[in-house]
Amino acid sequence: MGANDKGVIGQRVLRKEDARFLTGTGQYTDDVTLPHQTHACFLRSPHAHAKIRGVDTAKAKAAPGVLGVYTSADLTGVNGLPCGWLITGTDGKPMNEPPHPVLAQGKVRHVGDAVAIVVADSLTQAKDAAELIDVDYEVLPAVVNVMDALKPGAPQLHAEAPGNRCYTWALGDKAAVDAAFAKAAHVTRIDIVNNRLIPNAIEPRAANASYSSADDAYTLYVTSQNPHVERLLMTAFVLGLPEHKVRVIAPDVGGGFGSKIYLYPEETAMVWASKRVRKPIKWVAERSESFLSDAHGRDHVTHAELALDKDGKFLALRVNTIANMGAYLSTFASCIPTILYATLLAGQYTTPAIHCEVTAVFTNTAPVDAYRGAGRPEATYVVERIVHQAAVEMGIAQDDLRRRNFIRTFPYQTPVALLYDIGGYDACLDEAMRMADVTGFAARRAESKKRGKLRGLGYASYIEACGLAPSNIAGALGARAGLFEAGEVRVHPTGSVSVFTGSHSHGQGHETTFAQVVAARLGMSVDNVDIVHGDTGRVPFGMGTYGSRSLSVGGTAIVKALDKIVAKGKKIAAHLLEAAETDIEFGDGKFTVAGTDRSKTFGEVALAAYVPHNYPLDKLEPGLDETAFYDPTNFTFPAGTHICEVEIDPETGVVKVERFSACDDFGNIINPMIVDGQVHGGLGQGIGQALLEGCVYDRESGQLLTGSYMDYAMPRADDLPSFDVATRVTPCTHNPLGAKGCGEAGAIGSPAALMNAVLDAMAPAGVTHFDMPASPHRVWSALQAAQKT
Amino acid sequence: MPALLSLTVNGKAVSAEVDARTLLVDFLRNQLTLTGVHVGCDTAQCGACTVHVDGRAIKSCNVLALQVNGGAVVTIEGLAAADGTMHPMQTAFHECHGLQCGFCTPGMVMSALDLCERHPHADEATIRAELQGNLCRCTGYHNIVKAVQQGAAAMGSKEARHGGE
Repeated sequence: MGANDKGVIGQRVLRKEDARFLTGTGQYTDDVTLPHQTHACFLRSPHAHAKIRGVDTAKAKAAPGVLGVYTSADLTGVNGLPCGWLITGTDGKPMNEPPHPVLAQGKVRHVGDAVAIVVADSLTQAKDAAELIDVDYEVLPAVVNVMDALKPGAPQLHAEAPGNRCYTWALGDKAAVDAAFAKAAHVTRIDIVNNRLIPNAIEPRAANASYSSADDAYTLYVTSQNPHVERLLMTAFVLGLPEHKVRVIAPDVGGGFGSKIYLYPEETAMVWASKRVRKPIKWVAERSESFLSDAHGRDHVTHAELALDKDGKFLALRVNTIANMGAYLSTFASCIPTILYATLLAGQYTTPAIHCEVTAVFTNTAPVDAYRGAGRPEATYVVERIVHQAAVEMGIAQDDLRRRNFIRTFPYQTPVALLYDIGGYDACLDEAMRMADVTGFAARRAESKKRGKLRGLGYASYIEACGLAPSNIAGALGARAGLFEAGEVRVHPTGSVSVFTGSHSHGQGHETTFAQVVAARLGMSVDNVDIVHGDTGRVPFGMGTYGSRSLSVGGTAIVKALDKIVAKGKKIAAHLLEAAETDIEFGDGKFTVAGTDRSKTFGEVALAAYVPHNYPLDKLEPGLDETAFYDPTNFTFPAGTHICEVEIDPETGVVKVERFSACDDFGNIINPMIVDGQVHGGLGQGIGQALLEGCVYDRESGQLLTGSYMDYAMPRADDLPSFDVATRVTPCTHNPLGAKGCGEAGAIGSPAALMNAVLDAMAPAGVTHFDMPASPHRVWSALQAAQKT
Repeated sequence: MPALLSLTVNGKAVSAEVDARTLLVDFLRNQLTLTGVHVGCDTAQCGACTVHVDGRAIKSCNVLALQVNGGAVVTIEGLAAADGTMHPMQTAFHECHGLQCGFCTPGMVMSALDLCERHPHADEATIRAELQGNLCRCTGYHNIVKAVQQGAAAMGSKEARHGGE
């Protein structure tokens, strides 16, 4: 393809992984069928909240083909699922952390809470048997809404969490904020709801767990974004198994978006049960199970106030948020509305004082955790909605107000704990405005008006903190694990390379991007580099893929391993060339004695390492295989501006996205085709949130009303426009690739841009307050209500 | 109640005993190990299970295997030429980066072929409308639409060449 060697960085190299996906030869978890395969079915609670007075499994156990029926009573010695992040509240106390049992213990707390696992020879036998389990429920009142849950007298989920409170936490200097508000020329106030979302990776969660008595070891195939973390949590914290006796394989995974980060009850129960039935157990979630039991996203209720001086300079931001945790604390739940949210409230602006208080609340709903963007879309939505509103109130143009407040000097210490290393916010705003043809908007709006339509333009200048994370900083903030990444570069005797990375690709194209990084460094074709991921049995260690961390952290670990490969190669080459090691240079795939034409190819050096007949055996080990662990020194800060233009038909309430322009700064880019694809996908999800999606539980019964694709509006091809995307580059200053991460940006900037456009369009009709999603009925109702007032 | 099923799958005659309630997708995946056919929703909403039956795209999670008795089924595994050369639509998805995680991809490609059959010169709006029955959570559809356009053009030019011979 010609896209090899030196020029490979920054090239549109077509994906190595495509061939198997396009020919039906990918291997997803459900495609793995093992000898003597059995099947599991989970009996789930039909109630949002109920006491379990008793469970009778006798009939189920006697049903045809059944190998085992287990409830929490059987799981002796099994702990609950842990939460990986300890938040300390404003009262100085650790968060309330109620148990999260693998199978419901004494009580069910959301519709879909797993009560029992049934294992049978066939799936239909397992399902039939599950129907024979008699659970004696005493139904309790349920609460699904955070405001309801905080009311006195609300149904209480956990004895360990009085008032349904997990924590109240705060960040920032409250006194400084109060003082700034006291002298403000203008204060803008908004109340917003960040709608609850259901992730909906198209591949449902699945697992296949087996136990081998021959070596007393377990193998788990599972839809995971981070198999090592899955194994660590499951063995050390829940099942008490030796870590080295459990192999976790996350093969091809059909999308994650956060929802496949977590340790879930299902695979945990299956690993435990696999030793009891002594046969491999498979489970694949039906889509309705996914809706009920995948960790959901967002679900914030927020009041925010922005203080400005007479010139529109931001003086202070005050934010109060109530965040829904669902019924139990999922793996990273507690850090999403705190560490990954409040720290982002400076946005791209010099706001000198910020205070944010967050109350996290338990409700009778599925657990809520990270979903693409995870806290950062919520922060962006607060900041960019209130900036939009302030610009409207003060009569300042949207771009002008943003420019008056942009950070332009780096490094920049925000008042909410982050140190931005670099950025170039004007460049992205300029380009986004050019792409969006902002100058032509007035004419387009007038033309729409002639046709009886409402047209609006909305901006969002977002920032995100990615590259999770410096372990020491994360640890000080409550993380209970390290957040480094590992990479191994194994050079084979013939010079080809296998790379083992702790990052996991479930659509991101690591097999290509990482191969480009390696090929460029070693001066070889990407075809000679294979990227291996998703298997604790092959990869040294890994923290996995989330938070747009794969290239900046996982890629850097590979670069560090390559450094070691090249350093050792120089020693070998020096010996072969009878030169001083310090005189050896490496480039273009050759080790050369500086200033001469004497050289050895990378392949020759690799062969010498494995056939060490002429080799400095007294000083150097044979072989060419190096591992590196990389712990970042700071977060990375991708940022950009998204501009959305919508047209609303006031007769129907239908919002049409006419154009969407996004200019992002992700630092250096390895493969622009893949980066653009990541942005497109993020935009699809962000526009989905703003335009269509919304998880709804019935406020009385706690039943999930949006439990299928008939009820939960997923963005389809004809709901979305084609996107205009561009990038501007300020390389990250603290990793060798200069990369910042691109996976979440689309979902972070777009909801605010779209909603600001919708509000801009509806402003002439008198609508000043509106929450997501901008579905036809909601838009039409808002327009009707405004007409009446 | 087992029943005898005879059909053609990817050009090969297949006969098998199936339970009367066996869905086509389960027959293809479990009995023929054609695991490129995916199940994403069980309810004919996501389209990951799309295959061709007698030249028409159908959602195999909502059809009993016995309903297509005697028919000709083509799955994603049957598109490439015998020598492994990918179908122009598969190539277009590759070249346009029309796939990410790959899970919706087989159904998306099968639907794309069906729509190109009915609308050889489809514009963007038509392609988007025709792909309504296939969900993708990764790509925002942008590059899928491009891929379908490119694939349709490649198929058209191939036909034109053949026609001229």
